[in-house]
Amino acid sequence: MGVAIEVKALNAWYGATHTLQDIELNIPANHATALIGPSGCGKSTFVRCLNRMHETNPIARVTGTVRIGDLDIYNDISPVEIRRRVGMVFQRPNPFPTMSIYDNVCSGLKLNGYRNRRELDEIVERSLRSAALWDEVKDDLKKKSGASLSGGQQQRMCIARALAVDPEVLLMDEPASALDPVSTSKIEDLIFQLKSQYTIVIVTHNMQQAARVAEKTGFFLNGRLVEFDSTHKIFTNPSDKRTEDYITGRFG
Amino acid sequence: MTRIRFQQSLDELKEKLLVMAGLAEQQIQRAIESYRVRDLTICDLVDRSEQAINRMEREIDQAALDILAMEQPMAIDLRFILAVIKINSDVERVGDAAKSISDRVRVMEHLASIELPVDIPRMATLASNMVRRALQAFIEADAELARAVLSMDDAVDGINRAAHSALSALMAAESQHAPQALTALMVCRSLERVADHATNIAEDVIFWVQGADVRHQGSLNQN
Repeated sequence: MGVAIEVKALNAWYGATHTLQDIELNIPANHATALIGPSGCGKSTFVRCLNRMHETNPIARVTGTVRIGDLDIYNDISPVEIRRRVGMVFQRPNPFPTMSIYDNVCSGLKLNGYRNRRELDEIVERSLRSAALWDEVKDDLKKKSGASLSGGQQQRMCIARALAVDPEVLLMDEPASALDPVSTSKIEDLIFQLKSQYTIVIVTHNMQQAARVAEKTGFFLNGRLVEFDSTHKIFTNPSDKRTEDYITGRFG
Repeated sequence: MTRIRFQQSLDELKEKLLVMAGLAEQQIQRAIESYRVRDLTICDLVDRSEQAINRMEREIDQAALDILAMEQPMAIDLRFILAVIKINSDVERVGDAAKSISDRVRVMEHLASIELPVDIPRMATLASNMVRRALQAFIEADAELARAVLSMDDAVDGINRAAHSALSALMAAESQHAPQALTALMVCRSLERVADHATNIAEDVIFWVQGADVRHQGSLNQN
């Protein structure tokens, strides 16, 4: 099951650039939360702080607290362990090109030392079913490489790969921006189904997509969280003029 | 400022609606005038405007639909489009009410003129003012002016109730004058509807400008 995320006084830097400033945010468990804002506003940096990927850049720095469930992720837990608990799906599908579909999905598990074949089979099937891909690939699991799938299938395979390690949180950084409308709607349907079991945070430039899939939406601008409210409120009657100007296309 | 074409299409939509609203406002004034002076040539003008208003209603709905489909407006722009679609319908019905009054005037032409215990000119002035102010609120995006329109509706309802009682009593007491009383009742009913449409327009302006849904507040609070 998903867990809540509590962010307090979060600041992040790339070198001298202060990319996130004093972010305070409570993301509810088992809901989809969308983050919107113009390019360079800090929303992707923010999600990368939620699984400690930001710090993989040598010139990056983070201060503040991020609690995922009961754990302070910058103090109580290793980066490897947090990335098992917090899965991530990126803008472009990133299959391991030489691996089969099966090996792609269970790659995280194997890295974590899983060797039991029957158990792996079960997890791969369950993950592919959860990612709404099982029926399309079940006959070619070990024959076809992950890279041979269509873009939309690859993205769902990457979601299956993230689900295979049984995370509590799923971060999605523009997961459908490189996909056609049919594949996009499959990903959105998937988010809709998955959010009852996982806490989902989705970064998107597509505001209709945010409105369709998320219960809560946060608007970032110049490294600050300008407004965080129910998606309904943000898209019909936001409280802050800057949010309204952005979502109505008056800037950005 | 970005999305210049989108902003232009919103401006054009507003302009179209205001042209139509201007016609409807003129139509209600003509209908009242035709009642006052019993002039059937004015009724003809009302009938002609009615067709123009109906045509414009369809054009405005189509333009609003196009914007929804092509531009996917958000927040205040989305509320604006919704308000325009609803105001469009109310303005068209103001036109219908004017037509209905003009139809009654044609019937009255065949009836003897008598003194009726109802202040239709005052009711007409009030209802017409409500429409004008509601449209002014729409032009200026003025929610306060729109709220002022809401408070005017009670006066029109009051006159309508009084007219209903007085005309019912007249019909009971002087049955030979029942056709005139009935016609006057129907005119009152049309004017009361005009005031209701003005109220709806004002509520839509408040929704557009402030995002607040002020419809049915009294009845919903009671429940």
